[in-house]
Amino acid sequence: MNRRALSLLASLGVVLVCLPFVATDYVLSVATLFLFFAYTGQAWNILMGFAGQLSLGHSVYLGVGAYAAAALHYHFGIGPWAGLWLSLALCAALGAVIGALAFRYSVSGVHFTLLTIAVAEFMRIGFDHFTWLGGSGGLFLKVTPRDQIDLFNLRGTPAMFYYVILALAAAALALNAWVLRRRPGYYWQAIRENEEAAQALGIHTFRWKMLAMIISASMTSLGGVFLAFYYNNLFPEQVFHISRSIEIILGPIIGGMGTLFGPVLGAALLALLADGATEILAATGWEIPGLKQLIYGIALFAVITILPHGVWPALARKLKVWK
Amino acid sequence: MSIDLINFANVIISGVLTGLVYGLMALGLSVIFGVARVVNFAHGETMTMAMYVAVLAFAFFDINPFVALVPIAAVFFVFGYFLQAAVINRFITRPEHIQFMLLLAVAVIMTNALLLIFGPDARNVQLDYLLESIEVGPLLIDRGKFYAALVACSASAALFAFFRFSHTGTAIRACADNWLGAKVAGLDVKRLYSISFGLGSASVAIAGCMMILLFDLTPGAGPAYTLLAFVIVIVGGLGSMSGALAGGMLIGVSEAMAGLFIAPSAKGMFSFALLILVLLFRPRGLLSDKS
Amino acid sequence: MTLLETQHVSKSFRGLRAVSNVSLSVATNAITALIGPNGAGKTTLFNLIAGTTALDDGKILFSGDRIDGLRPDQLCELGIARTFQIVKPFSGLTVLDNVIVGALKANLRLSDARRQADSILEHLGLGAKRDLPASVLTLPDRKRLEVARAIATRPKLLLLDEAMAGLRPTECEPMIEFLREINRRDGVTILLIEHVMRAVMALAHSVIVLHQGEVVARGAPEEIVREPVVLQCYLGANVTL
Repeated sequence: MNRRALSLLASLGVVLVCLPFVATDYVLSVATLFLFFAYTGQAWNILMGFAGQLSLGHSVYLGVGAYAAAALHYHFGIGPWAGLWLSLALCAALGAVIGALAFRYSVSGVHFTLLTIAVAEFMRIGFDHFTWLGGSGGLFLKVTPRDQIDLFNLRGTPAMFYYVILALAAAALALNAWVLRRRPGYYWQAIRENEEAAQALGIHTFRWKMLAMIISASMTSLGGVFLAFYYNNLFPEQVFHISRSIEIILGPIIGGMGTLFGPVLGAALLALLADGATEILAATGWEIPGLKQLIYGIALFAVITILPHGVWPALARKLKVWK
Repeated sequence: MSIDLINFANVIISGVLTGLVYGLMALGLSVIFGVARVVNFAHGETMTMAMYVAVLAFAFFDINPFVALVPIAAVFFVFGYFLQAAVINRFITRPEHIQFMLLLAVAVIMTNALLLIFGPDARNVQLDYLLESIEVGPLLIDRGKFYAALVACSASAALFAFFRFSHTGTAIRACADNWLGAKVAGLDVKRLYSISFGLGSASVAIAGCMMILLFDLTPGAGPAYTLLAFVIVIVGGLGSMSGALAGGMLIGVSEAMAGLFIAPSAKGMFSFALLILVLLFRPRGLLSDKS
Repeated sequence: MTLLETQHVSKSFRGLRAVSNVSLSVATNAITALIGPNGAGKTTLFNLIAGTTALDDGKILFSGDRIDGLRPDQLCELGIARTFQIVKPFSGLTVLDNVIVGALKANLRLSDARRQADSILEHLGLGAKRDLPASVLTLPDRKRLEVARAIATRPKLLLLDEAMAGLRPTECEPMIEFLREINRRDGVTILLIEHVMRAVMALAHSVIVLHQGEVVARGAPEEIVREPVVLQCYLGANVTL
């Protein structure tokens, strides 16, 4: 990373840290959304952008992660900081199982994608019938007043949630930056580019793909934990829905898969689009269901047809931060 | 015969009939996926669009779906043809996942445009003369399902005949078997892909006209149908047209059975579990004869 | 001393015998060429040795240990590297990064891998292009990149599948020189499939001729070229010199 890039990044960091002190609640909520997409997008990017496996079922890790931590809190009063370890463990295991079966039986490309979708859909319907976790009626965590900060139970002001997700997104960025320029990054990209050649160079492709799956799944599960405590309620129909999976992948695709800043930029654009849609609706006073998703769809279509590598590579060259 | 057995038989027949309509839907995907190698993630959404058109035709012009399906099929043939010709054909040489995401974008646009235009309320088409059941001995067959299945069979037969006997159909089959060879032999591959996509869209449109008689319609129904189509095509064997029909019937029957024995809302789980198992252990399909 | 040995190796594809009862040995530190007309089974034999295809019969020994049935990455760990007939560059990565991937097998630290990759690229004349994406390279450069990447794994045995194919005579020379040098200086044993006879004559210490899946001749290059049976399989029946 050159000096320009570092200084831009530092400025962005300062802005983000100071935001809660100057922004309205609405702006803060948009920023929280941006950071959530930045986090989950980066988690997904490890599997796709780096290791080249297209998963359209990442909502399953959001869902399992969310429900695990929420259940521990709801049924046993265990706080999310302890509960998240169960989320991590379950999702790591789930990712490992899916990966092991898929890679062992040479399920790749489109078939792999369909497999991930099928697993997420299976879970969605399954959790609809899982009455101990609320079933289709939903799981509701106890609502506490939003003006007191109870960090231990993840209850508190919007600002508290903002900093939590900011920390997660920043940690993810640091992890990706570290990984990209080390052996894992090289090996994953080699597998993505040409798996046969990678194997001939001594890379144990099964093991490395599994690693990508497990890391991606575990990271996404923490996003689920965040969701559960931020919204205070969970419905299988929402958290496991394929729309969540699509939202996760939009950021990296629009921003640029496989790059370091692509998912972050994409998430920002996505949050802006969502905000823009809400503004339009507020201004006209109309009830337009589906407008936000429609805009997402058009943005995705536009990026794929016009800028298939995503917005970041083109932008980076303009800003002269590209290597 | 005991009542339970009759009930059971009725459920199976119902499943087979519904399954034939599913089969036509999957047949459309089989043509698109099998020939143009397009992972049509907008397949269910295309059918949903056709269903809305059928609803409109009935509501505003009093044309029932059995008649409306002819112009609707024609319209969707053109739609599919141009989608392939103008958009997807440019992506043939790109990596598979790019194409997948392109169609995903199309699907998202379609679903939400429908939501925007028609709103989230459920709709259907009610034809009074379909309410009476057909009695065959002790068995009761739903008239609507029966006629829908009949149409589905006819459409499938027409499609089979086209691929088997017509010049263009043979050319398309050659294309599917050997893309490069077909090009070398002078076939206009891109045009054949467009025709295939058009045919696939027309098939799914006809299936939609029949589906509206069987199920309620909401804008969000698309993805579920897309996935169902993929389940059937993969279980039945990619590229196998008879496999698509057989797979459709298999899914139709198993959904009906699952509805009988387990909670009806859980029947989707069965289809997805089946897809997972087939993808892992027998990706060429349960019913495929290809080696 | 024998580094690689195949014993009675056979492979059939749907009834067609691609490789039939092939027993050969590759001497340590030598350059051995595998020649024969198209369809003789050379690439299949390579794939059997390199672990990408499973053999039906026979054994393959490397330094006396059995290696048939091992995965390609395990073989790389043991010291066998290969190139592909149709080159497989990592198109989205730079030339340097391509070679670093290979060098990471032999080096634990990234900085060492980068240094080694740089030096190999210099030696093969690709140094100036190190930061270009591999996708923009011409075919001769891609072939050189393929070799560079394989060499970076510090192999004991290098399997080259038609490294000269598609190269003009002027482009072949530097490659021949490079291969001779790594053989002489670093002691890398080389087994190469080649159609370009100039390269075979210039490089090989010994030649093995394959025809319809069987070994039909072996020996020094000058002798092989005169063998009637060799001329027969290339030119057809009964040719005398």
